[in-house]
Amino acid sequence: MSDFSASKIQSVRADFPILSRSIYGKPLVYLDNAATTQKPRSVIEAISDYYLYDNANVHRGVHYLSQQATGAFEDVRKKVASFVNAGSSNEIIFARGATEAINLAAWSYCETFLNAGDEILVSALEHHSNIVPWQVACQRKGAHLKVIPVTPEGELNMGAFAHLLGKNTKMVAVSHISNTLGTINPIAEIVEMAHHRDIPVFVDGAQGLSHGPVDVQALDCDFYAFSAHKMYGPMGIGGLFGKTKWLEKMEPYQLGGEMIDKVTFEKTTYNEIPYKFEAGTPNVADVMGLGAAIGYLEGLGWDFIKAQEADLLSYTTARLQEIEGVKIIGTASEKAAIVSFLIEGIHFFDAGTILDHLGIAVRTGNHCTQPLMDFLGISGTLRASMSFYNTRQEIDILVEGIHKVKKLFA
Amino acid sequence: MLKRDTKLKGKMTISETINQIIKEFNQFDDWMDKYNYLIEMGRSVPLIDDSRKTDSNLITGCQSRVWLSSEYKDGLIYFTADSDAVITKGIAFLLIRVFSGHTPSEIIEAETTFLDLIGLKEHLSPTRSNGLLSMVKQIKLYAFAYQIKEKNS
Repeated sequence: MSDFSASKIQSVRADFPILSRSIYGKPLVYLDNAATTQKPRSVIEAISDYYLYDNANVHRGVHYLSQQATGAFEDVRKKVASFVNAGSSNEIIFARGATEAINLAAWSYCETFLNAGDEILVSALEHHSNIVPWQVACQRKGAHLKVIPVTPEGELNMGAFAHLLGKNTKMVAVSHISNTLGTINPIAEIVEMAHHRDIPVFVDGAQGLSHGPVDVQALDCDFYAFSAHKMYGPMGIGGLFGKTKWLEKMEPYQLGGEMIDKVTFEKTTYNEIPYKFEAGTPNVADVMGLGAAIGYLEGLGWDFIKAQEADLLSYTTARLQEIEGVKIIGTASEKAAIVSFLIEGIHFFDAGTILDHLGIAVRTGNHCTQPLMDFLGISGTLRASMSFYNTRQEIDILVEGIHKVKKLFA
Repeated sequence: MLKRDTKLKGKMTISETINQIIKEFNQFDDWMDKYNYLIEMGRSVPLIDDSRKTDSNLITGCQSRVWLSSEYKDGLIYFTADSDAVITKGIAFLLIRVFSGHTPSEIIEAETTFLDLIGLKEHLSPTRSNGLLSMVKQIKLYAFAYQIKEKNS
């Protein structure tokens, strides 16, 4: 057990109404937190309170509600900036989620800085979201996408990475944490190597912000994308941290209201950052939810979150290894509480279907990482991804479930 | 081994087969028994000739893969199928039992909602992505194609 008492975990679980529901008459065991985390009541209330009492459009009106909404909206931007330790809140751009943040960064950066013959490096571990936007930008500009290989354990091959960095490399785009294998990539080291050659680094932090503190200044990464819904906040909101020196030069991604400075039919000039990248009415209600999620995580504290998740990772790994025929996919030395595995002779879809009927929510399939699956020579895995609100008892239920699956398909 | 009457296949109408399947599944109170039955079907039935497991017969879902092949003989369409997942294969076999050996117009007109009635509805949901929904669409498309071919010949 982690040092935190069972009563502490029970009181944390009580913050998440969904965790007490049952599925097919069995208590829900939610182990799909890498897909989306559940939301505490405070997040849900922040959203409904906004619509019930505070709704107005931001940055537009002189009236009281609009001013109040704008103030609250900008306060969350400051909160996000301080949460990731950005140098300035102007370096935080709100987007629909990590996917839109990556698309924004890839399009705007490549439109401005990428030329024919240039290269962009991604890793073999990446989610499709951190491959395709770069791939298409390369195709548009006549540039080349190069791939950092991974070791059989699921770690980036840093020797190969060093060789791939070259005079034509214009960007390194890697994930902070692999959504499929749980590998925590050595971002600070990657940044140091890339910056040595003046190459910027983009970090897909979709899995990164919920497991431990992130300090973008200490990492020195140039961009960091995230999704609120994977860090206990609402769906439909997320953001991009970008260093001022890049954001100021980059072409805007979408055009419309809010992002302009002056419009005439002859010429339009753009607003300052971050507004240059936020065309149209933003998702204010979900920004309020994101603010509440950050407040919730800060209230819990990283000590609790990290200790709980480290305990669940080691417990899950040990219990799964005890089961004959179960193979863990991804054994990196630095891992978040994400465990991919296969059961010998049993298709992951079959196993997942039976586990589902036992009330256990795990993810099955290729986890939007087809190139990684090809590299590992498999078509998919079962994935259990844990949160601080999960318990050892729930892992025991998973293990029992796997034994039932094995018996059924024996 | 649970009994199922496959000898009559081809002589039964589509709705008769559906009723028969519903009757078989009504034996089960427990979901586990139902899946056991599907798994048994998925296992025991050789569904498709390996030479027909080609890429053009492959329907990919991101969860499981389904191969579907068709043959047109004497005005009737015969389907064979396979899947890499046993549960999917079991359900594919149910679909084959229902649709194989019928005329294009019988297949086009047939209801596909019987999986709802036997509590397997979620397997035909687009979110399940196991290839079965595409398999049903593909079965109907084959029926349309053979019907057009018949009219033109």
